[in-house]
Amino acid sequence: MEDIIELFEEARKGKLRAIGRLLTVVENSSIEVLKLLEHVSSDSGRAQVIGVTGIPGAGKSTLISRLIGEYRSRGYKVAVVAIDPSSPISQGSLMGDRLRMQQFATDRGVFIRSISTRGLKGGLSIASLSIIEVFDALGYDKIIVETVGVGQSDVDIMNAAHTIVVVTMPGAGDDIQALKAGVMEIGNVYVINKSDKPEASKTFEYLKFSLDKGDIGFFEPDWVPRIVKTSAIMGQGIRELADVLEEHWDHIRSKGLLREKLASRRMLLSRLLLERVFSDSLQESLRDIDGAIKEMILDGRKYRVVTSMVARRAIEKMLVKVSNLEN
Amino acid sequence: MIEKPVKVLVAKIGLDGHDRGAKVIARALKDAGMEVVYTGIRQTPEQVVLSAIEEDVDVIGVSILSGAHVHHIKRLMELLEKEGANDIPVVVGGTIPIPDVDKLKEMGVKEVFLPGTSLKYIVDVVRRLAKERSSVGGHN
Ligand SMILES: Nc1nc2c(ncn2[C@@H]2O[C@H](COP(=O)(O)OP(=O)(O)OP(=O)(O)O)[C@@H](O)[C@H]2O)c(=O)[nH]1
Ligand SMILES: [Mg+2]
Repeated sequence: MEDIIELFEEARKGKLRAIGRLLTVVENSSIEVLKLLEHVSSDSGRAQVIGVTGIPGAGKSTLISRLIGEYRSRGYKVAVVAIDPSSPISQGSLMGDRLRMQQFATDRGVFIRSISTRGLKGGLSIASLSIIEVFDALGYDKIIVETVGVGQSDVDIMNAAHTIVVVTMPGAGDDIQALKAGVMEIGNVYVINKSDKPEASKTFEYLKFSLDKGDIGFFEPDWVPRIVKTSAIMGQGIRELADVLEEHWDHIRSKGLLREKLASRRMLLSRLLLERVFSDSLQESLRDIDGAIKEMILDGRKYRVVTSMVARRAIEKMLVKVSNLEN
Repeated sequence: MIEKPVKVLVAKIGLDGHDRGAKVIARALKDAGMEVVYTGIRQTPEQVVLSAIEEDVDVIGVSILSGAHVHHIKRLMELLEKEGANDIPVVVGGTIPIPDVDKLKEMGVKEVFLPGTSLKYIVDVVRRLAKERSSVGGHN
């Protein structure tokens, strides 16, 4: 494996190839990201992390593409993490979000990375959180994360975001109901995209009613969830959306929530990493228990003795892994 | 930890707007367990190269139907070299006249898939190229 600090220094010089490689390293071996964090932690924590989630097909990727354009005209560097589900059967994934953002492929102030869920428990959260750390350390001003909106990893990822944008669209049936799931309940900003469609005002009324009632939306002192109507196709409402996102960013910063958010993001990452180290050791040791039980039955030893023996072995394995972390 | 899946970029270079073939291939690669970044039609060599680098894919698959394939692929290979990414193998599919197949290969294209190539063969080649690359360490 490539040395992560060397790669990071190359990446910091703006070498795209190094950034791409760096992301692969942290995506696949997140323990490496701890090394990187030690190396960079003083000069990161500056980017606004914006989580974009919502109804499938609501136009999240198209909207993000427009937002990138708006941010670029305001002089920001933008990174995108596009998360696509992988097939539970083949484990493969067709990552189609990037397709909508291709006009920025050659803009070196924009970096887009697609990752798949890979059906890994906890793995996606670790990979996404690690990638966010890398983009932050590399000085991107806005980090936009597109997720599918359901599942524990989405909750983790959205917890790492400063601003949560929930995207819906007109005529998605009982659409407010659809927003009462997982992270979609906790938006700071709600977007009704495809507002070029006639049913948009009805959706607006529904959404406003639900927010007023407190059915959905994340309420905090001094920030009431906002609704923005956009048409990503026509490019309408984009400036207003970017303004609202800036407003929320100002809100976060003025309330001194920034360090708190950074700390909770890194606590989550460290906790997930440790959980993985421990559960890997435990899984290995549990495999040993089969053999131990056979032995036990054969020579009549006490169950408690054997069980504690396996537990001891698990702890030893953990200790080895933990000391591996240090070098 | 489970093995990292093969990641491949599928793009269509050139002006014509048909991408059924490219989509069928993207789908087949996905069904074979790969992570497929599909960047769609009317891509320029610049877009393909920079996307492949940002996504850090193991293989680049380009589909071309228009006549300008030699020119486009030449540009693509030059850009890969310039960005320090010419270790990423490139495969090309489309209606390529036989005499041009060798030209493309001389430029460094690993494999050319002519119309009628079976999906299974394409999947196998992509997987093999990805494996070869990771076993030699590939990148620098
Ligand atoms: N009419 C209309 N169509 C739109 C608008 N924005 C996006 N679309 C279309 O909606 C479809 C889905 O757009 P995407 O941007 O891929 O939506 P998404 O939410 O990212 O989709 P998933 O990632 O698959 O959940 C595409 O066909 C877009 O062209 C809009 O503002 N108006
Ligand atoms: Mg999308």
